[in-house]
Amino acid sequence: MTPAAKPQVSEITTPPTSPAAYDLHKIRRDFPILCQRVNNRPLVYLDNAATTQKPRVVIDAITRYYESGNANIHRGVHYLSQHATQEYEASRETVRRFLNAADASEIVFVRGATEGINLIAQTLGRTRVQAGDEVLITAMEHHSNIVPWQILCGEKGARLRVAPINDAGELILDEFTHLLGPRTKIVAVPHVSNALGTINPLHRMVELAHGHNAAVVVDGAQAVSHLAVNVRALDCDFYVFSGHKVYGPTGIGVLYGKAALLDAMPPYQGGGDMIRSVTFEKTTYNKIPYKFEAGTPDISGVIGLGAAINYVNEVGLDRIAIHEQDLLRYATESLSAIPGVGLIGTAKEKAAVLSFVMDGIHPHDIGTILDEEGIAIRTGHHCAQPVMDRFGVPATARASLGLYNTREEIDGLVKGIEKVRGVLG
Amino acid sequence: MPDLRELYQDVILEHSKAPRNYRELGAANRKAEGFNPLCGDRYIVYLDLDGDAVRDIAFQGSGCAISKASASLMTQSVKGKTQSQIEELFQDFHKIVTGQTSAESSAPEVGKLSVFAGVSAYPVRVKCATLAWHTLRAALAGGDQSVSTE
Repeated sequence: MTPAAKPQVSEITTPPTSPAAYDLHKIRRDFPILCQRVNNRPLVYLDNAATTQKPRVVIDAITRYYESGNANIHRGVHYLSQHATQEYEASRETVRRFLNAADASEIVFVRGATEGINLIAQTLGRTRVQAGDEVLITAMEHHSNIVPWQILCGEKGARLRVAPINDAGELILDEFTHLLGPRTKIVAVPHVSNALGTINPLHRMVELAHGHNAAVVVDGAQAVSHLAVNVRALDCDFYVFSGHKVYGPTGIGVLYGKAALLDAMPPYQGGGDMIRSVTFEKTTYNKIPYKFEAGTPDISGVIGLGAAINYVNEVGLDRIAIHEQDLLRYATESLSAIPGVGLIGTAKEKAAVLSFVMDGIHPHDIGTILDEEGIAIRTGHHCAQPVMDRFGVPATARASLGLYNTREEIDGLVKGIEKVRGVLG
Repeated sequence: MPDLRELYQDVILEHSKAPRNYRELGAANRKAEGFNPLCGDRYIVYLDLDGDAVRDIAFQGSGCAISKASASLMTQSVKGKTQSQIEELFQDFHKIVTGQTSAESSAPEVGKLSVFAGVSAYPVRVKCATLAWHTLRAALAGGDQSVSTE
């Protein structure tokens, strides 16, 4: 059996660069969207925490699947079905390596980080959390790591507790420690804060939570594109992320869970593919991860996500981190030097996210004026209203950087902010 | 490309920096809260209704220049008007910010509110311009109410 015909892709003929070189020009050429103009200006895309752009290899992988590989998985004996199944499962293995999970069966494909958290809350949560128990989160959560636990606690008569953060936007570890106790059944924390950029000391937090036998759920949505994740070294019980925030397609995400926990959890949704046998009297469920993948999944999304992770691996997360940290330093200095601009979130350990406010000017107006300059940032509460309350601001403007951003773009942002001041005074 | 100065006209900037009737209204017999969950803009509109007419109106809250200026100008333009007059004014205002009527051809009652015509070139900002109005309508409709743009 021969693999499906692949479209001819011309080989890149530029000479190989040294491993240390970060070829920003080549990287930017990998992303078709970046060469367009917005409002007659070159697009400056600084909204990567909302979603990242997609490299050509991801777009091609999805196109190739639909043009020459489309079939349903895990059921057909025919060639295309087998081929689609192979590609789908190859992506699962790619994700396993990406997170350094022990086994591919610990990788469940979901719609995104949000669905991953809801799945855990509705399965592990419902069986483990009882009246009087506690779920511990932090004050820097995205709504997606608040509301599913609120729903669960409401149903069970359990208590949602919140570990506070300091003025820099860092978790106060002592307070976190004090909030842990015999009633703490689940600890759900972000690896990186979406609104502040704070990188949490996960290793220590997991250790502390496990000291009280709590299961630890990590929202990795904002982490996986910025830093290498090793779930076995972290020893977290669950880790979720969204494909579209790591240069992959929307609508696909990953739930990692330790096999023993996933095995013991009841299914989330019933349907095809998640069963072993069905009669009207009784159904036995499939093994993990299939037990949690009811119905035809987003096959093209999974294949696209695999291509995205391969791309990130090729560029190298260590080199991406060096590039982004350099940009973050540069941007922090540049923005801090503008009178009347204040940064929200100044943690020592920080990913390339810059939330800021301007004296007397609402973020929404900043966003509109920057858009005129072709600069895309996010303005608003970033689905983290409690974070805004903590810092006493209704909203912030947020520039979030990705592997393709440049110092020139930061200079453009600074010029744009000066224009905001010019227009609004 | 739309012109930023059309959006951020001097009258709008001036009202956003020094909003009129920006206070809690002690004599209020109606109030409502308006919230745009997408951007976090939030206003409270206080009303002192004398029968069917607005004897006094005030507002408080936070939001962008467009939403705050709109709230400020709204309080000026509805004082002394009846509910049906206010509803008519809102409909005229809505036509202007959505580009269905030009500032020149708008009803004379609209007056200063026509400075918001520039909003029509920025569809995502229409909700900013109308938030206070929706809040006012909720207050007129009765009781302590909360409205959302979504």
